Amino acid sequence: MPTVTSLDVSAIREDFPILAQQVHGKPLVYLDNAATSQKPKCVIEALTHFYLMDNANIHRGVHELSERSTLAYEAARGKVQRFLNAAKEQEIIFVRGATEGINLVAQTYGRTHVSTGDEIVISALEHHSNIVPWQMLCEEKGAVLRVIPINDRGEVEFDQFEKLLNRRTKLVAVSHVSNALGTINAVREIVKTAHGWNVPVLIDGAQAVPHMKVDVRDLDCDFYVFSGHKVFGPTGIGVLYGKEQLLEEMPPWQGGGDMIRSVTFEKTTYNDLPYKFEAGTPDIAGVIGLGAAIDYLDQIGMDAIAAYEHDLLEYGTRALENISGLRSIGTAREKAGVLSFVIDGVHPHDAGTILDREGIAVRTGHHCAQPVMDRFGVSSTTRASLAFYNIKEDIDALVAGIHKVKEVFAA
Amino acid sequence: MINDLYQETILDHSKRPRNFRLLEDANRKAEGYNPLCGDKCKVFLKENNGVLAEVTFQGAGCAISTASASLMTETLKGKTIAEAEALLAKFHDLLTTDQSLPNDLGKLAVFSGVREFPARVKCATLAWHTLRAALRGAGEVVSTK
Repeated sequence: MPTVTSLDVSAIREDFPILAQQVHGKPLVYLDNAATSQKPKCVIEALTHFYLMDNANIHRGVHELSERSTLAYEAARGKVQRFLNAAKEQEIIFVRGATEGINLVAQTYGRTHVSTGDEIVISALEHHSNIVPWQMLCEEKGAVLRVIPINDRGEVEFDQFEKLLNRRTKLVAVSHVSNALGTINAVREIVKTAHGWNVPVLIDGAQAVPHMKVDVRDLDCDFYVFSGHKVFGPTGIGVLYGKEQLLEEMPPWQGGGDMIRSVTFEKTTYNDLPYKFEAGTPDIAGVIGLGAAIDYLDQIGMDAIAAYEHDLLEYGTRALENISGLRSIGTAREKAGVLSFVIDGVHPHDAGTILDREGIAVRTGHHCAQPVMDRFGVSSTTRASLAFYNIKEDIDALVAGIHKVKEVFAA
Repeated sequence: MINDLYQETILDHSKRPRNFRLLEDANRKAEGYNPLCGDKCKVFLKENNGVLAEVTFQGAGCAISTASASLMTETLKGKTIAEAEALLAKFHDLLTTDQSLPNDLGKLAVFSGVREFPARVKCATLAWHTLRAALRGAGEVVSTK
């Protein structure tokens, strides 16, 4: 295993200009990466270069700029394919984000395969984006949403999952990593078990791709979604991976330009994958920026990132354990990137405000996962979330900040 | 400065909220909700001939919202409905405008520090939004959003 020192983090931090600033007179300590990550210079430069030099609409232009933007756009698709180890480029669909990817699957695969009395299985760890699209589908179809419970550590109860599967189960949708708690789900086993019932599995990878190597063929999942902005790329762009055969069978979602082969008022024939699902002018610059982010991650190596972050998370977990009156929420044995906690007698919003004045950016609230909060009997938590540009000094600053919070409220 | 926000009075009322109870014989009540943070607030009023004889609240929230609700109930007891409406407007101005401080807000002036923390203004106004709903008898859950 590589050690912490195998990443040159001070050089990495140079790549993220936003980190070198003061907030409220203190050095910025950015620990809100699960909400959105910062962008390396190469991503910002890729966006700038596109708009300075290459901007044109893609796919149909015969002129030079259109050629260049089309090449750059499609090159990024290849980068995503390799990043996820997908079998084919046409299995990569560009969408606005993980949320849109889930909605696409719910509205196409879901609407054609789910009917009255059928069941969709999710876990109690899900972000609202992997709950609400399925609720909407169930509402429309008279189907039932079944929820795999979690234990006190915040881990999915696998035996309960096995019991939920039956011949009415039409889809399983679970997160790879929980945004509120950082739990890494055993998605490979979940897929294997669901496939035993011929049930396809969608994995919400929004919180996994920034932290670990993801191999969709190894996982054997049917759908995988993630958001560009959480993986050091721009906002407004995301990816839906789907197995080719499933995507082929699915009806298109949005109609419009680019997703058609020919249109008459009598009949429209649809384009091939992946264009069938990419109606309208996409976020071309966003796709190119995401490609640049993936190049950057490839250079560093996801395995090195995972090992570094693992050590940092261990360091953070130990540091928080030593603070009296602090309770960690989410203590799964397999975790990535998240330190979620509550402090006795202090509401997370007050903690967040005091930490902010110390230059520390954390998130407070329910993290768009209200059922997770209910499970642990809290209305909200304070969440510090890590990226590979964070350092032990950031954790130390967080600990000092928490002591400051306690001091204010000790009066 | 963080101490301008968390002044002694605010910390005191957040830890030991006054009039923090259900009012069985309330003749007006309302429920408030801040969807951003999940804070909830119920305000109960007992009004006799246009005067607020009793004002109580229940709920769960941050220090700012709890202290704001607590100080609100203390301030309003014995006031007429017209006076309560006037205070509501003044309190709102205190948090959202740069005008010099109205000098008749009494203890409520401790919330002037909230102005420097725009993300927290809704915490301080939740109880007052709920009060308005109770006074105007809307009877539904009001949201700060």
